[in-house]
Amino acid sequence: MKRWVPAFAGMTMILCSPVLADSNLPPSYWSNRQLPDARQEAQAQALMEQIRCLVCQGQSIADSDAELAGDMRDLVRRRIAAGEKPSAIRAWLIDRYGSWISYKPTAEPAAWPLWLAPIALLLAGAWLIRRRIRLKGR
Amino acid sequence: MANGTLRMTRAVRFAPLALLLLIIAALVWRLATPADTNVHSTLEGKAVPGFDLGEALPGKPALSSADLASGQPHLVNIFASWCVPCVTEVKVLEALRERGVRIDGIAVRDRPEDLAEFLALNGDPYERIGSDERSQVQISLGSSGVPESFVVDGKGVIRYQHIGAIEHSDVPMILAKLEQAR
Amino acid sequence: MIAETGLAALWLAAGLAALQFLLMILALRSGAEVARAMRSIALVQGVLTLVAFVMLLVVFARSDMSVALVFENSSVVKPFIYKVAGAWGNHEGSMLMWVTILAVAGAFLAVLAHRTGERTLLAALGAQALLALGFYAFLLFASNPFARLWPPPPDGQGLNPLLQDPGLAFHPPTLYLGYVGLSVAFSLAVGALLTGEVDSRLGRAMRPWVLGAWLLLTLGITAGSYWAYYELGWGGYWFWDPVENASLMPWLAATALLHSINVLAARGALKAWTMMLAVIAFSMSMVGTFLVRSGILTSVHAFAIDPERGTFLLALLAIYVGAAFVLFAVRGANLKEGAPFELVSRESGLVINNLFLTVILGVVFVGTLYPLFAEAVSGEKMSVGTPYFNAVAGPLALLLAALVGVGPLLAWRRERRPVLKKLTVPALLGATALAITIILAPQIHILPRLGFAVAAYLAAASILPLIGRNPLRAPLATWGMVVAHFGIAVALTGMAANSAFTTERLAIANPGDVLSVGPWQVQLESVTPAAGKNWTAIQAQLRATRGSGIVTLAPQMRYFSDPPMETNESAIASFWNGQLYTVVGRQDVSGAWQLRLWWKPFVTLIWAGGGLIALGGALALFGRIWMLFRRRSRAAEWRTERYA
Repeated sequence: MKRWVPAFAGMTMILCSPVLADSNLPPSYWSNRQLPDARQEAQAQALMEQIRCLVCQGQSIADSDAELAGDMRDLVRRRIAAGEKPSAIRAWLIDRYGSWISYKPTAEPAAWPLWLAPIALLLAGAWLIRRRIRLKGR
Repeated sequence: MANGTLRMTRAVRFAPLALLLLIIAALVWRLATPADTNVHSTLEGKAVPGFDLGEALPGKPALSSADLASGQPHLVNIFASWCVPCVTEVKVLEALRERGVRIDGIAVRDRPEDLAEFLALNGDPYERIGSDERSQVQISLGSSGVPESFVVDGKGVIRYQHIGAIEHSDVPMILAKLEQAR
Repeated sequence: MIAETGLAALWLAAGLAALQFLLMILALRSGAEVARAMRSIALVQGVLTLVAFVMLLVVFARSDMSVALVFENSSVVKPFIYKVAGAWGNHEGSMLMWVTILAVAGAFLAVLAHRTGERTLLAALGAQALLALGFYAFLLFASNPFARLWPPPPDGQGLNPLLQDPGLAFHPPTLYLGYVGLSVAFSLAVGALLTGEVDSRLGRAMRPWVLGAWLLLTLGITAGSYWAYYELGWGGYWFWDPVENASLMPWLAATALLHSINVLAARGALKAWTMMLAVIAFSMSMVGTFLVRSGILTSVHAFAIDPERGTFLLALLAIYVGAAFVLFAVRGANLKEGAPFELVSRESGLVINNLFLTVILGVVFVGTLYPLFAEAVSGEKMSVGTPYFNAVAGPLALLLAALVGVGPLLAWRRERRPVLKKLTVPALLGATALAITIILAPQIHILPRLGFAVAAYLAAASILPLIGRNPLRAPLATWGMVVAHFGIAVALTGMAANSAFTTERLAIANPGDVLSVGPWQVQLESVTPAAGKNWTAIQAQLRATRGSGIVTLAPQMRYFSDPPMETNESAIASFWNGQLYTVVGRQDVSGAWQLRLWWKPFVTLIWAGGGLIALGGALALFGRIWMLFRRRSRAAEWRTERYA
């Protein structure tokens, strides 16, 4: 919810770097309102936390104060309210922006190493300690 | 396993060094090729998603995806009156229009009165302008900001996405892209 | 003259560090009688950097605008404390602070360490000098903090308002102290690898440094998390942002080291692994600093970004860590381990603890850097964020927390008693907590549900080491362990409660409107302008009621003019059972105001737990130092008696 305009010498703390000014239109209706149905709102919130903001690239659209993030929240809430599944909305966004848009890695081969990493690390660790611990009693 | 002393094999002893070299290589690569922070649309080569925008200005034709599959290549410019780089870009677009390019606009989050003033002040290279009040068409095109432009061929397929303002120096490249899309 | 004095002191210190390194080579080659000289040099080097740093503090305190760094990062009209804190709120100053702490730690090591072999200490002092030398070069050639400006401008450019906060002014020094503590462990490990004296004496010499560093990192992360929570206004306490991960990775490595070092100190075992961890822990500090300073990963908390300086840091990282790994590869062959550990023993428990901590560290490391690797290999961009880290690190952390209850109950060498029987009560508590959440809150997710169960079990299991003995006679180190482990249970409860029961309310409200969030009814009474020294704001008056309780809150949206920015100042009301967190946003066209309200049950337990973990570390550290002094004074008495 912060907006930092210029980067200045020495220290910069860029929470969001708006290159352009904001529009004169008010935020879209569903960008800062909750859906009346609590279950749908929870679905929307969970999805919004997974979608990376295109403007403030270190934040999800749930946290970002950028207008485009607001419009994306509006899009997510409208589609959820219309009965669309969160996974379908996420796939629709990935179709347009690539897997970059999703903070949750996709199931594509390029992301497999990420999901295999914990298993591989556990196995490698177990292999390293295999002779360090005596498994059978005396 | 016998109770003898344990020692590390050569592979285990050198593994950290190998990993470190790999990591350093990746970090050096990143420092040498700074990240491109632009997020590109993945719709290049695909048909323009269906949309039907309302008119942005009274009297100016509105824009829908059907208008783009007209048999002729189009340049679709995503812009806004409140966007600072758009002011200079619109003059370059004017030059493109003079060379026969069909330019359609998608005005993002704009008000008719602001838009009218913007066009009166800076020139109007657009054949049609659609009003995208909630950035929904912008998002459906995979665009991440204003200004951005898409080269769309006669069948309504996106051939090229240009992120940021089109400069005078980009004109030959844009003309070539439009020629390829013919 | 003040700035020049600082610069001269820095050059002298760099010269001494070079000398110190050369003497180490001499000492290791010929065993020459240079030991005393090295100790004195390390001491003088520490004093000189301290002089340089004090000079920097003085030019900042006096707002000497003829010094470029002061001009760029300070202004005349600033509270005194932030003038001084401005000295390290920038790249050059923070690097000087880093090297100062490094050199002072080296001086302490030279004066205090008597427990390792003399040769290992000399080698460690040489390694410490080499570390410092790299940073001196960095300061003197690439980021001179004392550069002058001519003519001196009348006023400076100001300090980022976000940093004008007591929390953030003291956050970096805490982390640097932690990082540098790890540098001493690194130097001792390198020294021991050089001399081959990897033994339990080395473990005992390293332990206080690791303990102190770990304690400061724990404090730094806990405070940083709370700062992000109240200052950023998003209601979150951990975002798995690259910069946060950069601070978490050294902590995870230090936590593993803290445990494995006990095996080295008590049993003289896990030699190679502990040396490896000591190197990794400091490497992670350097990787973290590099990631933060180079700006190669997009972060919400970027600090003093400069890719060129990133190159310098990366080169230092490659040299130091590379050299240590080469040393490990070459000398590691000589490290002999004794017989395997019994499965049911303290040793095995600590090995498994290390396995889990290292895997979690690996997962955080891979998740943070994988997008970079993927882009380098395939050109495809991807994002790795909260959903990945929670899904992968969450279950691993829960498993580890469950094991934390068992480990401390095991005896060294071989546990012959039926330990599981002792855990009956904790296990029952855990099962009860699980049953309660299933009955009362059937809708919550699996991770927070298991979090409650593990926390209940661990809260009871963690105090078992004090049961069945006189707690007052238990060593302070045992108390420290119990408090820290109990702190994990406390923090876990807070995280699970926050994740399972937080309620959020977003709304566009007019004055007079009442919104409900959790058990609270919150009325927007009015919105009024407010102003401070260098900002103006709009301030919302909120009146929150729960039953008969009433609190008022006044969140603000501030506009700073110099430099221009907008910040949200959240207003938080704390209660024993949670926090009411409120944020006011912009005005709508219709004149209504955007409000964000959260009710976060038991969220404060997260930081209370972090505080307890740090307190445990402090108790253990105090206990170890106390024992050290007692032993030393006893030895002195013994000597005086004998030679009297």
